[in-house]
Amino acid sequence: MRIRVAHLYPDYLNIYADRGNIAVFARRAALRGHSLEVTAVEPGAALEPWAFDLVYIGGGQDREQALVAPDLAQRGNDLRRAVETGTALLAVCGGYQLLGRGYRGRDGSWMPGAGVFPLETVAGEKRLIGDVLLEADLGDGVSTTVAGFENHAGRTLLDSGATPFGKVLAGHGNDGTSGFEGCRVAAAIGTYLHGPLLPRNPALADWLLARALEHAGGEGDLEPLGDELERLAHAVSAGRARSRGGR
Amino acid sequence: MGVRLATETSAARLVGRLSRAVGRGGGTTLPGKLLWKVDPGAIDALAARLPAGVAVVSATNGKTTTSAMLARILGPRYRLAWNNSGANLASGVASTLLSATDADLGLLEVDEFALPEVMRRVRPRVVSLGNLFRDQLDRYGELEHIADRWRVAVAALPHASMLVVNADDPLVAELAEGRPQALRFGVDDPRLARPTLQHAADSKYCIRCGGPYVYVAAYVGHLGDYRCPACGHARPELDLAARSIDLQALDASVFDLVTPAGTVRVRLPLPGLYNVYNALAAAATALALDASLDEIVTGLGTFTAAFGRFERIDAGDRRILMLLIKNPAGANEAIRTLEEGRVPATLVIALNDRIADGRDVSWIWDVDFEPLLEQAERIVVSGERAAELALRFTYAGYPASQLEVIPDLREALDRGLALVPTGGELGVLPTYTAMLELRQIAVGRGLVRPFWEEAP
Repeated sequence: MRIRVAHLYPDYLNIYADRGNIAVFARRAALRGHSLEVTAVEPGAALEPWAFDLVYIGGGQDREQALVAPDLAQRGNDLRRAVETGTALLAVCGGYQLLGRGYRGRDGSWMPGAGVFPLETVAGEKRLIGDVLLEADLGDGVSTTVAGFENHAGRTLLDSGATPFGKVLAGHGNDGTSGFEGCRVAAAIGTYLHGPLLPRNPALADWLLARALEHAGGEGDLEPLGDELERLAHAVSAGRARSRGGR
Repeated sequence: MGVRLATETSAARLVGRLSRAVGRGGGTTLPGKLLWKVDPGAIDALAARLPAGVAVVSATNGKTTTSAMLARILGPRYRLAWNNSGANLASGVASTLLSATDADLGLLEVDEFALPEVMRRVRPRVVSLGNLFRDQLDRYGELEHIADRWRVAVAALPHASMLVVNADDPLVAELAEGRPQALRFGVDDPRLARPTLQHAADSKYCIRCGGPYVYVAAYVGHLGDYRCPACGHARPELDLAARSIDLQALDASVFDLVTPAGTVRVRLPLPGLYNVYNALAAAATALALDASLDEIVTGLGTFTAAFGRFERIDAGDRRILMLLIKNPAGANEAIRTLEEGRVPATLVIALNDRIADGRDVSWIWDVDFEPLLEQAERIVVSGERAAELALRFTYAGYPASQLEVIPDLREALDRGLALVPTGGELGVLPTYTAMLELRQIAVGRGLVRPFWEEAP
């Protein structure tokens, strides 16, 4: 099947490997006989997100994030509608913050977000930096460990009743104190774990790919791959989080 | 006067105590670390005793090579206090100043983050700022944050001090705005421009108004001749330029060095356009330190690579070509240089994740490894995060049959050499601590000298 992917603001939000995450979707889809059609969406471009099976938004430095924030905030209704109708979504780091209701700066300023995730982010004093290991709950009893790296000044506070993406086994997570990381709404996942998140977390990549396939009208059952290198990289990264992750 | 004298006395006492400590210990930064801990103010006095003053060199990429070029140019003119071991934090600076008791001139390569503190203390006569690329965001924070720190440091610099900046980097060029004593250097040869900005280029958007820059020519990453169509902010006039550049594969870079003191043809025996930038920074800094054009031409013409930076190592009947990779911009240029020369058929690529490498290995996904993958017949990935490199290459489509994962550096080096035919060359691309370790292995086998014994 053809999986339609919208990649939001790749010219602005591309720090650390966001193209790597797309490359993982593409290859893992191709190995199962599917193909990816990626559309880059820059500020001002027309977008009907519900016409896509998967939406990806990455992270950037503060300056680039501020440049795209107004454009993204305007797309809030469209993105919420897409998520409600089953479009899969992965938002990483800055993209995750921007898909909340907004970001409160150190100077009290308020940068409105798209409101896809029920949360707000407040700038903190000290950056939360380090290796992270999560136990992620993907719904329907599916759970997997997710290993990565976080580097954020924002403290993200979930609304009560909101579903976090995972429980922090090692590292800081959303705010350094709650013990939770990220947020999930239907098949939309927001997380601080940046960089090559998907290569070393193939179960997460396949879960998102399966949801995207279902949205495209196909079967969400993906045949397993060998994933020898993926497991090795996951194990090393998980070990790093256990031995030197934040907190 | 009294305060200064007291500081000097206390420094002198420390020198005595510390040199005894060094006798028992060693290491390039141990005495400096102690001094820095006990009395950071002593550095001020140690710097002030240098009769020809201090020059500091900083940049994300190229500061080690630029200072090594400067040492080569200035060596005949000055006795140098030069931190050639790459110990470029405040403690390394302290060690260098402490041990160079008969030097005339301080030549200090300084870490980007440590620069403001070092500048405040050593009151440099010349400051050379080369470039700002995204690098180890887990350690340095975001690019803008470093730029802000540099802005404050430059504002506090005495007016008599010379500021050397790369005009081709918008964030760096801006630092010289309005300064009476400034030299701006850049590349001026649109034939060598890249057709597009590389993936994940930094500083693509105007520092004044946020609109995208248009490039007359982009040379290395975001470095080039930029202009903002929205507000008109553009690359400033160049005081020093490289023109008519002839990149001679993996052997040399030949160019016209255009300066206020005249134009000379330079033959730099190092490949890569990024090294032309390093040579420009070195030439501008040397001019500010009263060097002649002759000295610059000779110094650059006899330069040999700084350790691990395009360094050729003889390994019996085979050769090793070692290129440090440490961040996307630097790695991209190393790869581009190999691509324009000749990509070795066999490569060892090593990724560590210690503090000096950056604990976050995400940056490897921002590197354009693809030209290497198209041409390399065998790749051995190594280092503590070898598996991450293997994934990077596999997801880029590199065949598993040509890829070997050997985390142990010694084994990987041996395997790489075994894959190279007699007389052939092994390409080795390590991150910082992997480079030091691989070089140590080579030292152990008598193939190279330790870096701290290298002559200027």
